[in-house]
Amino acid sequence: MEYQVKNISPNNFEQCIKCTICTVYCPVLSVNPDYPGPKQAGPDGERYRLKDPEFYDKALKMCLNCKRCEVACPSGVRIGDIIQNARIKYDHHAPLLRDRMLASTDEMGTLATKMAPIVNTMLRFKPVKAVMHSVIGIDSNRTFPAYASRTFESWMRHKAPDQSGFKKKVSYFHGCYVNYNFPTLGQDFVKLMNSIGFGVELLKKERCCGVAKIANKLIKEATRDAKTNIEAIRASVGEGRPVLGTSSTCIFTMRDEYPHVLGVDNADVRDSISLATKFVYELIDSGKVKLVFRPDFKKRITYHVPCHMQRMGWAIYSLDLLKMIPGLELVPIESTCCGISGTYGFKKENYATSQAIGKELFDNILAANVDLVACDCETCKWQIEMSTGVPVSNPVSILAEALDVEATRRANGL
Amino acid sequence: MNHTQPTPHYDVIVIGAGATGAGTARDCAMRGLKVLLVERFDFTAGATGRNHGLLHSGARYAVTDQESASECIRENMILRKIASHCVEETGGLFVTLPDDDLAYQSTFVESCKKAGINAEIIDPKEAIALEPAVNPAIIGAVKVPDGAVDPFRLTTANAIAARRNGADILTYHEVTKLNMSQGRVTGVTLRDQRTGEEKRIDSDLVINAGGIWGHGICALAGIKVNMFPAKGALLIFGHRVNNVVINRCRKPADADILVPGDTISLIGTTSSRVPYDQVDNMEVTPEEVDILLREGCQIAPALAYTRILRAYAGVRPLVAADNDPSGRSISRGIVCLDHATRDGVEGFITITGGKLMTYRLMAEWATDLACKKLGRDAKCETATTPLPGSEVTDSNAPVSHGKRHIIELPTDQKAAQGRHGTMTADIDFEANNESLVCECEEVSVGEIRYAIRELHANNLVNLRRRTRLGMGTCQGCLCACRAASILGNELGDHAHALRDLCNFLNERWKGMLPVAWGQTLVEAQFSSWLYEGVCGLDPDTLPPSRTTETPTHAQPSSTAKA
Repeated sequence: MEYQVKNISPNNFEQCIKCTICTVYCPVLSVNPDYPGPKQAGPDGERYRLKDPEFYDKALKMCLNCKRCEVACPSGVRIGDIIQNARIKYDHHAPLLRDRMLASTDEMGTLATKMAPIVNTMLRFKPVKAVMHSVIGIDSNRTFPAYASRTFESWMRHKAPDQSGFKKKVSYFHGCYVNYNFPTLGQDFVKLMNSIGFGVELLKKERCCGVAKIANKLIKEATRDAKTNIEAIRASVGEGRPVLGTSSTCIFTMRDEYPHVLGVDNADVRDSISLATKFVYELIDSGKVKLVFRPDFKKRITYHVPCHMQRMGWAIYSLDLLKMIPGLELVPIESTCCGISGTYGFKKENYATSQAIGKELFDNILAANVDLVACDCETCKWQIEMSTGVPVSNPVSILAEALDVEATRRANGL
Repeated sequence: MNHTQPTPHYDVIVIGAGATGAGTARDCAMRGLKVLLVERFDFTAGATGRNHGLLHSGARYAVTDQESASECIRENMILRKIASHCVEETGGLFVTLPDDDLAYQSTFVESCKKAGINAEIIDPKEAIALEPAVNPAIIGAVKVPDGAVDPFRLTTANAIAARRNGADILTYHEVTKLNMSQGRVTGVTLRDQRTGEEKRIDSDLVINAGGIWGHGICALAGIKVNMFPAKGALLIFGHRVNNVVINRCRKPADADILVPGDTISLIGTTSSRVPYDQVDNMEVTPEEVDILLREGCQIAPALAYTRILRAYAGVRPLVAADNDPSGRSISRGIVCLDHATRDGVEGFITITGGKLMTYRLMAEWATDLACKKLGRDAKCETATTPLPGSEVTDSNAPVSHGKRHIIELPTDQKAAQGRHGTMTADIDFEANNESLVCECEEVSVGEIRYAIRELHANNLVNLRRRTRLGMGTCQGCLCACRAASILGNELGDHAHALRDLCNFLNERWKGMLPVAWGQTLVEAQFSSWLYEGVCGLDPDTLPPSRTTETPTHAQPSSTAKA
């Protein structure tokens, strides 16, 4: 037996040397001094919770789960995971009806798309908003993203160009937003992948990645969805199709939150779950594919790094891909949190915090004076559009718009 | 500050503010005697502050020493009642490993029953469910009423009780002389360790509760007591590995008890004889660390990879029987000596031997003897009177499901309640007093101020013992400077606080040194970088303090630098 060769602890909480750097990078703490901060809520609090669960501090629900603390930590402590796990283990309050509604994106989306025009009108109707604000606690300043009349999955099955002719294929994890609200992004993804010679297929079965359910402590439901997704991903990878997404949070959740928070093992397929921009960048970087862009595409944009993108360290791929577009002027801004954190910012008790956290980003975007913000996350998009009025697009959509499809196909021998 | 102006004459002077001395002062004061408690350093600076913190059920002694075992279980039950804020009712297990003789288990259980200890054989599977950290390979398990006791809190509570009953307390006062007149002890001469000033104080009786240092006190009266210092080393792990005390069911040996205490777990101990002149110089050797780890991992495999915060060693004050100067028949039992009958020196009692567990009984014996000698007739009530902090009030009365319920309080206040019990009501948590000083152990500004003002804390080491300041993961890295600043303000002497800061950091490093690897080494480096590198703290260039140096206790070795 070897003694003390390595120190091991759940989520590395004992690796913490109390340097407190995480505290400096916590977006919540900077606007809300009532939050204990990542160090106190995470590794410090964990020692006390191990002594007695009574030491669970309900202020932990103020955590955005942005993981910026984990990015800052020089000792590899999974601070965000410690906090999420503590909430799951020790907070015994049942989720509110509102939290269930916000978290059940699949269920709500399935219902809403069936009567999208009515639902969309209702959700924009002021008296409805007032009722949602006061009765169920969804802030009236927020507007839900409009539902699409036809889901992306339905488009793929009935309307998409034939994908059977492609030798190389990927599976697309579209996520709830693309499926129920914004199929256009999925169509842009198909356009981009097809033009470089990749066919796109849906997974055998796709459920919500679970990020909203985790945040709202619907752990049983999130775990069930995670297992369904990993099983489908495993089948796809087994048939030679890696799984790509266009939402940084979905991809992050399936890669990291599944094993760390839900205890769903994904070790065998984790490396095959990736973001479209990273996948395409790596193909270009290794000389396997080429992109050709339209000369008439001209835009001044900035790129916002979503927190989970920051955690994965993948912003560089989206940025470098965008930089390949000749007509694109990229204005750099500081990477800070937009404050919405998925369903967090929709809750009326969090609205003020959410906007205070995002203020620095909003100011920076407005000062950059751009046509467009590029961003890999849909909830950041809603937040930035609402708070700045500047339109936000996924890098995949920008690439698809700037692409000269025919020239690209030719360049790739298609 | 707790400046005590001693009166010229006391009924009793108690020397030594460990658990026994503080307990004796409490008992004497409760029986109406005018008492002075003197201590050369701080409460619990000796063996009391350097042990396992185990609330023995007595099971460990059942096979070898029935008398100690039954004393333990009786005191165990008493402490649960009178010192509830110092005790954690964790329960304990005696586990048999595949290498151990399972036949010992029945001898053990039988002896326990004889001593009045409720020992129940349970299925190993049940034991693993009860305490998942236990080695899953165990082949036998016995449940016993062990627990954890915080010796710092226990001693402070006894001292406070003594004070509330009229006793005076002088810490940092060393007895340099026992004043003698016509063959009797008539008082003590004290040296104030901070000012160097000497004073004579008279009393009818002097009780020596100096533990292993009591040997030297006796020598001041020309009396010889055969003490045999036995060193025991322990390791502190970074968090609670176990929530139930785990003992190994075999004849007592090295590193066979793992005790959860507050936020940490402790494995111990070793046992080795040390020369008397080394009792102020306890350093843990690499060999001891190896033994503790090797044996500790047998009962809880997680110790092989759990971060170790520090190592420390204490000295057991074992006493040889008077007719055995060789020390071969050493007792762990209580030794209460009336030096009038033993040595012909009147007015002098020594109470020693025993264990932390039996401190109250030791105090009772010493006080019984004191009352007899002083011709007082008062009954001992220490076994039924709760200690300050453990009084039953409406808010902490045990509820039906047996678990105390703390209503929604900030975590620092919850932590303070765990440390001070009902005395927490005296702590001011208002305004900036709620800011944290020690983040690892949830110690607030208010709690530090309270300890300085009410709990006889004059330096950072004192504060550590009163509050757990600096006992957590960072070992003082973040909290030491904050606490030093409060101390400087409260005492009106920042130069003293600055020197004390150096002392404290050195003392922390001393305990980290034997286990300085992995994150503990990184922590020490970070601490050194912060204080020496960034803040420029240098022990050699500090401004002079208004008062002379306050020795913490055994001084850190000169090579140890924070």
